[in-house]
Amino acid sequence: MKAAPGLPAAQASALARLSDAFWRHPRIFVALLLLLPLSWLGVVYIGSLSALLLQSFFSIDEFSGLVQYEFTLKTYRELLTPSNFDIILRTFLMACAVTVAASIIAFPIALFAAKYARGRLKALFYLGAMLPLWSSYLVKIYAWKLILAKEGIINWVVEALGLKFLLELILSTPVIGGNSLSVSYIGTFIVLLYVWLPFMILPVQAALERVPRNVLEATADLGASRGQALRHVVLPLALPGIVAGSIFTFSLTLGDYIVPQIIGSSRRFIGQAVYAHQGTAGNIPLAAAFAVVPILIMAVYLWLAKRRGAFDAL
Amino acid sequence: MKLLPTLGGFASALLMAMPAAAAEMMTEIGPGEGQIDIVAWPGYIERGETVAEFDWVTKFEEDTGCMVRVKTANTSDEMVALMNEGGFDVVTASGDASLRLIAGKRVQEVNVDLIPSWSTVDERLKNANWHTVDGRHYGTPYMWGPNVLMYNTDVFPEPPESWAVVFEEMTLPDGQSNEGRIQAYDGPIHVADAAQYLMYHRPELGILSPYELNQEQYEAALDLLRQQRKLVGRYWHNAFIQMDDFKNEGVVASGSWPFQVNLLKAEGQPISSTIPVEGATGWADTVMMHSEAPHPNCSYMWMEHSLSSNLQSDLSLWFGAVPSVPAACTDGRGMQTAEGCDANGFNDFDKINFWSTPISRCESQGECVPYYRWVSDYIGVIGGR
Repeated sequence: MKAAPGLPAAQASALARLSDAFWRHPRIFVALLLLLPLSWLGVVYIGSLSALLLQSFFSIDEFSGLVQYEFTLKTYRELLTPSNFDIILRTFLMACAVTVAASIIAFPIALFAAKYARGRLKALFYLGAMLPLWSSYLVKIYAWKLILAKEGIINWVVEALGLKFLLELILSTPVIGGNSLSVSYIGTFIVLLYVWLPFMILPVQAALERVPRNVLEATADLGASRGQALRHVVLPLALPGIVAGSIFTFSLTLGDYIVPQIIGSSRRFIGQAVYAHQGTAGNIPLAAAFAVVPILIMAVYLWLAKRRGAFDAL
Repeated sequence: MKLLPTLGGFASALLMAMPAAAAEMMTEIGPGEGQIDIVAWPGYIERGETVAEFDWVTKFEEDTGCMVRVKTANTSDEMVALMNEGGFDVVTASGDASLRLIAGKRVQEVNVDLIPSWSTVDERLKNANWHTVDGRHYGTPYMWGPNVLMYNTDVFPEPPESWAVVFEEMTLPDGQSNEGRIQAYDGPIHVADAAQYLMYHRPELGILSPYELNQEQYEAALDLLRQQRKLVGRYWHNAFIQMDDFKNEGVVASGSWPFQVNLLKAEGQPISSTIPVEGATGWADTVMMHSEAPHPNCSYMWMEHSLSSNLQSDLSLWFGAVPSVPAACTDGRGMQTAEGCDANGFNDFDKINFWSTPISRCESQGECVPYYRWVSDYIGVIGGR
């Protein structure tokens, strides 16, 4: 065997053998490259998640209040007690409501931005959709608290217009009503919708951008009305974007625990329940079991979305 | 199998695991180590950076050469977790954390003979059971205060005499119902406020301490809270949100802290506070020293400083609390005055049941409802169950 010129024989052959080995076994090279990101995903991400799951199979001793490290499903049964099940149902319904409302509001905005806005207007759209994401989440919520308060600006405008009876009628609705907008579910809903709306607009807009203009022209040439084109061509093509956006709005609402704490009637959402059960209460198993619920809901949701073909375009 | 350290919640361990003997208590103070690391509530350690007049750190650093580094914690659990982590010298622990720290041997016995100003500490606090166990002191008292009844003076020309205004439906002096115009604290410890109310109004229940409730007493307290739920629009969780609710949400009465009362008064709002006939719950914080404090000499110097300097006086003004050294109210070492101390509750000590964690093996009646059930049941009450 002849050594490469200019390199000491031993070193050259070692390097050459290494590169030969990589060439012969490309998988080893890929595996080495992936080792770091995979171990991050495996240890930090999946690791902490499984530690969480494990905790939920423990239980708390009724008498001493200490965690018992034995496998049991008792904690999951506890999730079904009326007050805990209320929390799950409440959070789930709120997430559904926010997602549906967000997709209804986001679609026309995204359609306009993708198909009609040009130049400066388009820049303005991006700015408008992104701007809320630039300011602090907390500042936005506190601002909304002032807007929705009993002596806040909405109430003031409504009163000035002589429409107070209408607002009172809305607020007297059982369950979703309350003393004022800021202490009712309506308020919680409005703020969650505001906070998560950009996460719906942007994916829908991206999906609509990819609908070729000539497809729309073809529908017109074939005699479809604008409504038919929208229903049979644009909407199906935008569906992956809507599903992607709904995954964001749905999961973010499921996990939020700050908005319902500041705006609303103090009735707990899943995130708040998790927060309350860990800590001094020391009921980590129940907190973990609560944390598993959104994971399960999201798994079912993604499975349904996949079955409806939402990911076919990916 | 123990996989993860559970933060706190070792409720019954408190009584079972009393420390047999303290680690080695210090017998003399050497020269300062040049640094001290403090775990404190936000607002507890000020060096004039928020408001120039409120500074009780700079002079300490100049006098002792111990540079102060602060780690703020927002809950008692965070404090316990930080102390378990180690690397800190002292902590301003509240009554729900202090016994846990002692039971977990995270803090060391303090030799009060090494702290000259110990003699000036309020007699009512010297042997308080949230920092003194078996006659051993595990810290020096820092600040205390009551949970007062805050009310709107436009609606109540006379201070309300009873907590009934926040527990029972009634017509307020302005002729309207209290429904939707009162608030309650958004934490399970509020069960104790209900229990305190029952202690006075239903003596047949035999409640001795609002933190030690048997099943029957506990159920009665929950029933009272369910009744309260119908009157409360939103529970308060954050001091500034509560202040906003008094200003913008039409709330006129609620359990609160002198902190909010003083700030709202300073803004010129028609607000005042009172401690009704039933008494009140309250909090008391203690400076405790880590069992493996890296800077023990500076820690002792800080404890002495916390009692002897302007700290007690100015901090009580800043925080709306009561100093643990009565002289700090009157001797002009800081900006606090006798009137200020009275307003913050100085004379109400005997009416206050200080916050402690409810545990299942309780002193007054053997077996009590532990704190984790307070948490889950209070969530149910707020949810309308």
